[in-house]
Amino acid sequence: MQQLIVILVDGLVFSSYLFMVAVGLTVIFGVLKILNVAHGAFYAFGAYMSATLIGAYYETDLPEYGGFVAIFAAALIVGVFFGFVLERGLLRFLYHRDEHIVVLATFAMFLVLEDVLLMIWGTDPYFAYQPMALLGSVDIADLTFDVYSLTLIGLAVIVALGLWLGLTQTKWGKLLLAVIYDREISQAMGINVTVVFLATFIIGAIMGALGGAYIAPTISVSPGIGVEVIVLAFAVVVIGGMGSIPGAIIGSLLVGISRAAAVHLFPEIELFVIYAIMAGVLAIRPEGLFAPAQARKI
Amino acid sequence: MRSKYIDNTVIGLSIAFVVLIFADFFMAEWVRFIGLQSLARGAVALGLLILWRSGLVSFGHALYFGFGAYAAAMMTLIGYRDAFLLVFVGTAVAGILAFLLGFLLRRYRGIFFALLNLAFSMILYGVIVKTEALGSTDGFSVLTPTFLGYAPKGEAVQTTLFLFTLAFTYIITIGAHLYLKTTLGGMSMAVRENEIRVEYLGYSAERIIHVKYVFSGLVAGFGGAIMAMAIGQVDPDSMANWTVSGEFVFITILSGIGNVAATFIGALVFELIRTYAFEYAPQFWQFILGGSLLAIIMFLPEGIWSLVARLRRPQKAPSP
Repeated sequence: MQQLIVILVDGLVFSSYLFMVAVGLTVIFGVLKILNVAHGAFYAFGAYMSATLIGAYYETDLPEYGGFVAIFAAALIVGVFFGFVLERGLLRFLYHRDEHIVVLATFAMFLVLEDVLLMIWGTDPYFAYQPMALLGSVDIADLTFDVYSLTLIGLAVIVALGLWLGLTQTKWGKLLLAVIYDREISQAMGINVTVVFLATFIIGAIMGALGGAYIAPTISVSPGIGVEVIVLAFAVVVIGGMGSIPGAIIGSLLVGISRAAAVHLFPEIELFVIYAIMAGVLAIRPEGLFAPAQARKI
Repeated sequence: MRSKYIDNTVIGLSIAFVVLIFADFFMAEWVRFIGLQSLARGAVALGLLILWRSGLVSFGHALYFGFGAYAAAMMTLIGYRDAFLLVFVGTAVAGILAFLLGFLLRRYRGIFFALLNLAFSMILYGVIVKTEALGSTDGFSVLTPTFLGYAPKGEAVQTTLFLFTLAFTYIITIGAHLYLKTTLGGMSMAVRENEIRVEYLGYSAERIIHVKYVFSGLVAGFGGAIMAMAIGQVDPDSMANWTVSGEFVFITILSGIGNVAATFIGALVFELIRTYAFEYAPQFWQFILGGSLLAIIMFLPEGIWSLVARLRRPQKAPSP
């Protein structure tokens, strides 16, 4: 019973973390049809920026809970800056190219950004434990969990709701859906696709950076964190169906909980299980669990 | 002298082969090491080129590379160290795996093909990382190979290994080139352009792809086995991780898919960029690697081979 709760809570926390990273990837894929490997770099930059800002914030005498503002500020700075620079500086020249070439271009961007990260922050790990220490821990069924990790679940729910409301209830969201559905027709109808693309890419980048920024207090922020996260996010997105937000939710729940179960029950298959699910889902439903049906073009 | 089978590429490759055999005895040790790595990686890129001709890109060929490398390395763990045997085992197990997975993978196209490959390669990575008997993330070292009873010492090991690799790579490359000239090979581009019409012509697109896939698995296993012997060490991060697959695709882009010889030039350029970047700017080698990849994508979209093609037909406009 206790083990079940541990698995469930750990799984939910991990799922939320995965969702935060994967949702940006899936939004970008849905609109721009680009599988953005550089997303891993957004995540890493978000984490480093957050660790730096939190560190700087707690040097001052401002109220303690303001540290959370630093996290969101870090995500905004990183997301807006890199989103803008990458989309305007690189991706817009590649929209007409083969999809594999674009993936590889983002892979190249990822390599470049990994080293830019090292140039700025060096190889030493950063710790920004203050927000986590601030919230302390809580006992659930005789087990101790830290509250900060649990707030991650809340954040993921807020992000998911926000995206859902934004997409279905606002004018902007409807424009976006039109572009997702048919880029050429929406352009003909007078939608400024260039702006939609840029805005979407920036939003996706902010999501990726927020994932990193929020997780930063719970980990040691060190080189290489982006490499690990990007394939995990790929797996989630592919399982759920690329470009689908409900898919990203289901995908991250599936991956998060099965990984938590594997960690506690059969630690040796921890990495294996995620990709086994991914391969299994792709074998049965290649377009993922939630991807919309597409007409076959002849 | 130029028949259906002996064309400029075959002649060029043969000349390069002979020249390299002699060069082997004069090369500095580090040059030969780069050469060995280029041949190993070039072989994998050759398999990717064959796939790419049909419009398929795999982001997971580290699966076969790593599988071949680990299979060869494990043979030395149980006491076998003959290079012929190691390469045979590495190539064969990778080929069998590709044959089996091929039944599933041949149904997929585009980004799904790429990602399903990625998933399979990450399964292998996960298994290796979690297997303590295989040294987990540290890997384990591979015994120095012998060659049919000949057991070289010191520098002679690398010299012999280079000749050995060169001979096999030569055969594989010529084979791949001739395959692309057959009717089945000629169907490659057709599969990419319009699969349904290929089926109307009476060919099975899936079978064409399956054959290519098995070939790419075989050569990737070969490359892995060679790499394991050349470095004398196998470890998951440089043999089976997804970044390794990315590097193979990188080499393919760098070379362009115009000619089989291009993959080895591409692999050599890749190895040189990497070695020099690592030598002179160890902090920024990824930056340099990524930067050159971006430059290639932006300014040389058809790869290095397009430079050769451009020299040959200066008056003709570049293909759209």
